[in-house]
Amino acid sequence: MAESFTRLTSVAIPFDETNVDTDQLVPGRFSKLPIGPGHERVLFHDRRFLTDDLPNPDFIFNKPGYQGAKILVARRNFGIGSSRESAVMSVWSFGLRALIAPSFGDIFFNNCFKRGLLPIRLAEGDVDKLFAYLLPRPGATVTVDLLEQKVIAESMSFAFDIGGIQKMCLVKGLDEVSVTDTYGSELIAFENAYDAEFPWLSAQLQDPVSSTRS
Amino acid sequence: MGDTLFDKVWQRHIVTRQLDEALIYIDRVLLHEGANHAFRSLAAMKRRARRPRNAIACADHYVPTVGREKGLAGIEIVENRNEIAQMERNAREQGLTLFGNEDPLQGILHVVGPELGITLPGMIIVGGDSHTCTHGAFGALAFGTGSSELAHILATQTLWQKTPKRMRIVVNGLLGPGATAKDLALCIIRAIGNDGGIGYFIEYAGPAIRALSMEQRMTLCNLTTEAGARGGMIAPDDTTFEYLAGRPYAPTGALWEKAIAYWKTLATGAGACFDREVEVDAARVAPQVSWGTNPSQVAAVNDVVPDPLDEPDLMRRETMQSALDYMDLKPGTRLSEIPIDRVFIGSCTNARIEDLRLAAGIARRGHAIVPTIVVPGSRSVKRQAEEEGLDRIFLAAGFEWRDSGCSSCTCVNGDIVLPGERCASTSNRNYKGRQGPDSRTHLVSPATAAAAALTGRIVDVRNLTEI
Ligand code: SF4
Repeated sequence: MAESFTRLTSVAIPFDETNVDTDQLVPGRFSKLPIGPGHERVLFHDRRFLTDDLPNPDFIFNKPGYQGAKILVARRNFGIGSSRESAVMSVWSFGLRALIAPSFGDIFFNNCFKRGLLPIRLAEGDVDKLFAYLLPRPGATVTVDLLEQKVIAESMSFAFDIGGIQKMCLVKGLDEVSVTDTYGSELIAFENAYDAEFPWLSAQLQDPVSSTRS
Repeated sequence: MGDTLFDKVWQRHIVTRQLDEALIYIDRVLLHEGANHAFRSLAAMKRRARRPRNAIACADHYVPTVGREKGLAGIEIVENRNEIAQMERNAREQGLTLFGNEDPLQGILHVVGPELGITLPGMIIVGGDSHTCTHGAFGALAFGTGSSELAHILATQTLWQKTPKRMRIVVNGLLGPGATAKDLALCIIRAIGNDGGIGYFIEYAGPAIRALSMEQRMTLCNLTTEAGARGGMIAPDDTTFEYLAGRPYAPTGALWEKAIAYWKTLATGAGACFDREVEVDAARVAPQVSWGTNPSQVAAVNDVVPDPLDEPDLMRRETMQSALDYMDLKPGTRLSEIPIDRVFIGSCTNARIEDLRLAAGIARRGHAIVPTIVVPGSRSVKRQAEEEGLDRIFLAAGFEWRDSGCSSCTCVNGDIVLPGERCASTSNRNYKGRQGPDSRTHLVSPATAAAAALTGRIVDVRNLTEI
């Protein structure tokens, strides 16, 4: 991942539903699909499409004004249910970069950061105000300022919280592995001391030991 | 003031700190067929496993429990065969420690690690499976995680973590006759709730815990995740050391002496502080039976199905009602009158040799009147059971003697419970549909499960005379 996230202004989709679970985001039968190009097709698949090629005109993603949206505003408990990471990947592949809701499924919330997606928890009242602003104005934009930790819509501005590492990864466009890599020398020093202190751990598993093994 | 067992292990593994998180070193990572997503992430990062032998991969979820002599090619469910083959290819290609479908040491990863002496006190062990907490029985710090984090561990042997809170559960007294670690665990989950452990790491302590065998400790720690906690652990003691001595991957000679000296320093010091303390009296633990659709919905075998109307909290009342509807049970029904259609003795909770001995002790007293399968936790357990003649006891009693794997615990291998059927099961989860669409699960100990096989209903094993 190389995309850095600092400030984003985009059309926002007001997705006016609570308890959107991961089964809706990616129906179970797609969860063994390798996560990669083309994955955007599976997002909300059974609601977005009438048949495999025919978009459902009543689904908000397909309505005029919302094309190219990068922000989604939703109600309580977005992304609850099974831990499948394909849910997050489909959201990301579709092009969304920030999700705003009063609360999220716990595992989904954490998985978002692993894939460069910013989930924002806002107070329920603030989310209500965003809906009141967006619903009558298809195509209206919202700004997410990660550095300032603010969501801005017209004259309204709402502050949000985020974990330190999570913010750093997004701002610098790093995945956690690259962050960890910046501690490469600490890790080697740690491992050397560790291996010396616990020699029975570094020796374990180096060879298959059982004669019963094929 | 002393440190807790948790803190001693945690702090020794901190590589560095950054903002609100610590980079912790992971000794061993456990993988099963579900790890194929993690292997894809690793490939996408163009990385290889940093310390490949420290990753242990087991084929367990998708393996069939019959027809295994036909090998991988003989697996009938094509998707399952492919997932296993893919996992084995990935593991070989990365040079991991693999116990594949045809390995004589194959088994459920939470059975294989301990019995081979791979799991050792003081380790941090992370797995792609929430029941990784089983390994806490050895005084290891063990928990489950998702596929991105698995890929991170494979690539770096570390993980970023916020420090959890600590809870201590002190179990006083001793378990009475007929009560097992499974019953104790279910009692504890009922007491603190299926979300009572969220945000915590639990230490189990007290005389009743010290008196448990390693197998019973594993059963107890295994169920910790069902209380919402990340993991549970027990300080290593002589019981731990005796269990480990001579296991294939346990240290030997001078290393063994050195290891023991270190392990003895891990116990929680006097005056150490916990964020929450809970006390339980073991003597009051009766055999338990789940009546609902999460592992906190349990009651003593001599009790009745509770009435949602007695529950003051509205949300909990609705949850209870929906569970009773799904389970087709009426409030006030005696648990010991519930008829059973099928019995499953297996899973990483209760498929070790002691569990099978316990079940065989009951099985020898009669004959199964409902379909009953016994699925050993590993091939090693299976071999040992056969050496002890347990297989012949089960077969004589009309129980099926299967090959090892997760089987009817999660049912993805095809061993499902049919719609509407009630299964007395020694596994760990009774969620709606867990054992197959519209299946109904009653979580019980191996003894209660075997007794249900003989009688076709739930019975109190403490007065099992009427067979
Ligand atoms: S036996 Fe059940 S709980 Fe244990 S690892 Fe297998 S599926 Fe998971």
